[in-house]
Amino acid sequence: MRLLLMYVLLVSGLSEAVIETYTFKTPEKQAQYNRLIDELRCPKCQNQNLSGSNAPIAQDLRFQIYRLLEEEQSEQEIIDFLVARYGEFVRYDPPVNAKTLALWLIPLFLLLLGGFVIYRIKTAGTFKDQSLLSDDEKQRLDEMLS
Amino acid sequence: MQNPDKIESPSSPKRSWMLYLPLIAFFMLCGVFASVLLSKDYSPENLPSALLGKSLPEFHLTDLLTEKPISKKDLLGQPLLINVWATWCPSCKVEHDFLNQLAVEGVKIVGVNYKDDPSDAIQWLNDLGNPYQRVIKDQEGVLGFDLGVVGAPETYFVNAKGTICYKHIGILSKQNWEGQLQAIYQGLSSEACVK
Repeated sequence: MRLLLMYVLLVSGLSEAVIETYTFKTPEKQAQYNRLIDELRCPKCQNQNLSGSNAPIAQDLRFQIYRLLEEEQSEQEIIDFLVARYGEFVRYDPPVNAKTLALWLIPLFLLLLGGFVIYRIKTAGTFKDQSLLSDDEKQRLDEMLS
Repeated sequence: MQNPDKIESPSSPKRSWMLYLPLIAFFMLCGVFASVLLSKDYSPENLPSALLGKSLPEFHLTDLLTEKPISKKDLLGQPLLINVWATWCPSCKVEHDFLNQLAVEGVKIVGVNYKDDPSDAIQWLNDLGNPYQRVIKDQEGVLGFDLGVVGAPETYFVNAKGTICYKHIGILSKQNWEGQLQAIYQGLSSEACVK
């Protein structure tokens, strides 16, 4: 039940609101089209992909993608075509380059930092090495704990 | 238990200030975000055009008023504003008076009538005045797509060589013209795009 709920919550974000449908010669083309409109972002909207937006510009871009697919353009060519006009903003899957390197590396850095902090907390919290204490201190410790 | 005061806590007091580091980092981040969000010019919709510093795309369309062919080479030779507008766009009506005023002041403006009904567009110009030197009829949005138009109105600042130096999204007004845009327009007369 909980799994089902998690699944529903995860997938509901991806709901598609496309009204117009295009028919393709092959199922592969249809799959390419669906992939592209899911991965590309509507340039007018703040955070919607092309498949989820009904903005006029999103409709136009869906038509352009359809047209370019019918012209036998590859997925990469279509992405480049749109990026040349609307900028990197239209990509939800940005490439790794000098401009985006920080975006890719900061989460990795934070992950390592978090791991390090957890490690330090774990080791600092336990006194495995009792030889650090003098005999006197050990006795006091035992008294306190008993 | 004797003399509890003497027992030192495992974490030495010297390092207790470090406990505040995450809080300090959090407030610093808040400061960074607030300074951007509260700045006057900030709008998440103001994306820089992908065509900045690039040449105007080639196009072969017709003039809305004369029905004669018009292409990129007809626009070269002088700095100009390319204003994307349509009769279905309410903000275009808001900026129209100001465009008329700019035209009177001698600013060269070329219109792109974007995905519009031509007879409505002609009627609009007859009613509200025509600030445009030429109006390109882009009924299918072909030029709009190549320019990366997201919606109307948008205005491109193009120099004599046809290089796009700046793109303004939204209406032109006395305020933003005097604020920043006039300087950009005047900068168009130099060879390279001036920031």
